[in-house]
Amino acid sequence: MEHTQRRPAGVARASSGLMDGLQRWLPKLVVAPTFLLVGIGIYGYMLWTGVLSFTNSSFLPSYNFVGLEQYAKLMESERWIVASWNLAIFGGLFIGICLLIGVVLAIFLDQRIRQEGAIRTIYLYPMALSMIVTGTVWRWILNPRLGLEKLMHDWGWTSFSFDWLVNSDFAIYTIVMAAVWQASGFVMALFLAGLRGVDSSIIRAARVDGASLPVIYWKIILPSLRPVFFSSVMVLAHIAIKSFDLVMAMTAGGPGYSTDLPAVFMYAHTFTRGQMGLGSASAMLMLGAILALLVPYLYSELREKRHD
Amino acid sequence: MTDMVRTGFRPSRIAIYGVLLLACLVYLIPLIVMLITSFKTPMDIRSGNLLAMPTDWTTIGWTKAWSEACTGVQCEGVKGYFWNSFKMTVPAVMISTLLGAFNGYVLSKWKFKGSDLLFGMLLFGCFVPFQVVLLPMAATLGKLGMANTTAGLVLVHVIYGVAFTTLFFRNYYVAIPDALVKAARLDGAGFFTIFFRILLPMSTPIFMVSLIWQFTQIWNDFLFGVVFASGDSQPITVALNNLVNTSTGVKEYNVDMAAAMIAALPTLVVYIVAGKYFIRGLTAGSVKG
Repeated sequence: MEHTQRRPAGVARASSGLMDGLQRWLPKLVVAPTFLLVGIGIYGYMLWTGVLSFTNSSFLPSYNFVGLEQYAKLMESERWIVASWNLAIFGGLFIGICLLIGVVLAIFLDQRIRQEGAIRTIYLYPMALSMIVTGTVWRWILNPRLGLEKLMHDWGWTSFSFDWLVNSDFAIYTIVMAAVWQASGFVMALFLAGLRGVDSSIIRAARVDGASLPVIYWKIILPSLRPVFFSSVMVLAHIAIKSFDLVMAMTAGGPGYSTDLPAVFMYAHTFTRGQMGLGSASAMLMLGAILALLVPYLYSELREKRHD
Repeated sequence: MTDMVRTGFRPSRIAIYGVLLLACLVYLIPLIVMLITSFKTPMDIRSGNLLAMPTDWTTIGWTKAWSEACTGVQCEGVKGYFWNSFKMTVPAVMISTLLGAFNGYVLSKWKFKGSDLLFGMLLFGCFVPFQVVLLPMAATLGKLGMANTTAGLVLVHVIYGVAFTTLFFRNYYVAIPDALVKAARLDGAGFFTIFFRILLPMSTPIFMVSLIWQFTQIWNDFLFGVVFASGDSQPITVALNNLVNTSTGVKEYNVDMAAAMIAALPTLVVYIVAGKYFIRGLTAGSVKG
């Protein structure tokens, strides 16, 4: 500390030494509570759940270790397999459709549209709603008797029938609809921000060369938005894996367990069916799925930064 | 990026506007349905359809949702849960934002050995599926005597929200030149003086982003609410879900929709008033720096 040396010797130095020491420790003291809380609340609890997944905990945590038994049980559980398949269907469709709608709307909105701000606001407001609200509304809209079906009948399409919400083969697709409605505007916003960052001289040059607008978008602009594409997929996949609220509000996993997702499975087994060991194992597999996505993503992000 | 549009000719322009307006309609219809259904009588709901206007407008759905509807065993409407949500959200938002501001300040301007690693670990915390912490957290809250209390929910939301707020502030402060802080340090300004005199005055936008992001996240949360709260301490999202899934008597969709509107209004108002900051929070949360 160079400025201590400028001070007169004696008592003053002792006290300023103390002050300096405090100043040096202050930043660490300030962040300490957060890291303590997060250290325990995320990393500690993650380990704890990991430990529980190797035990035969039922209604209460127990520490009778049974090895990989819970994981084996999980793999044989019909309900877990349905939940995993549902996640694959839901996640795949949700991500794919959101990207498609988001990209198209972003490109269209980037064509000097009047009232662009107002339109953007409309596309994005569902993101401000709770998934429980979204689920409640969509559940009403898709109500097999009084909802969409009645509307179509009243409008003259009397043979129209739509019972997906209560049809165990199709209910998962109704969840996709509601989720796409909620999150596609967000993807649009990400891509619009990306489009605004594209150098317009490249496009002008391509136009001079006689390329048509769709070709320019397909061949030049969209490929240059790869990072936006990846971060959108990351965020959407993350939403999909954690999806819980929407299912609870729309179908509560039903009919039967046909719309179970891993998050719903985990909740049901851990908190209502008294199978904590099994629930913990399912939570660990969800973590594994997120890691499988996250690690390659972060790795490529870091590599790109180093190249810059 | 937008100047090639001039060359586009009329039909394609009309098609573009057509698609954009159609999309507007699709995004708006659920809100419209929710609103008009909430003002209908149960009879009206059965005789009309989703998009038919109420034959006579009534607020009966709203008053019932607010103070009479059954959310499980109790039939006192959602009003108590609505205030629960406020009692939980306001302190949690304040505390997590304040902690985030100081953390961001330290992690950008007072870096120490290992601080980048700590920040990385915090970032990772944004991605963890909360299912892996639910059970131990429930056990801990029980031990602390905070199970089923609003204070417990506040604590939970602070712990799992602080990673985001720290991220916001850290990325904001990183862009402020270090020279400013160094100069102040040479002048003898200390840790807090620099924060309050130099950084805080220029932090209004990021405070807005953090406050609005946290408000929306915490108000809309369902998972923590349903796991860590029961009965009297439940937030509005849990109450709404209970109300909609209560199967006693005849289903009253006008009450369901009014309750959904009540749950949605605070975040909708925030979005309409300060949408700019909300969108910045969304994009900052996904395009991490």
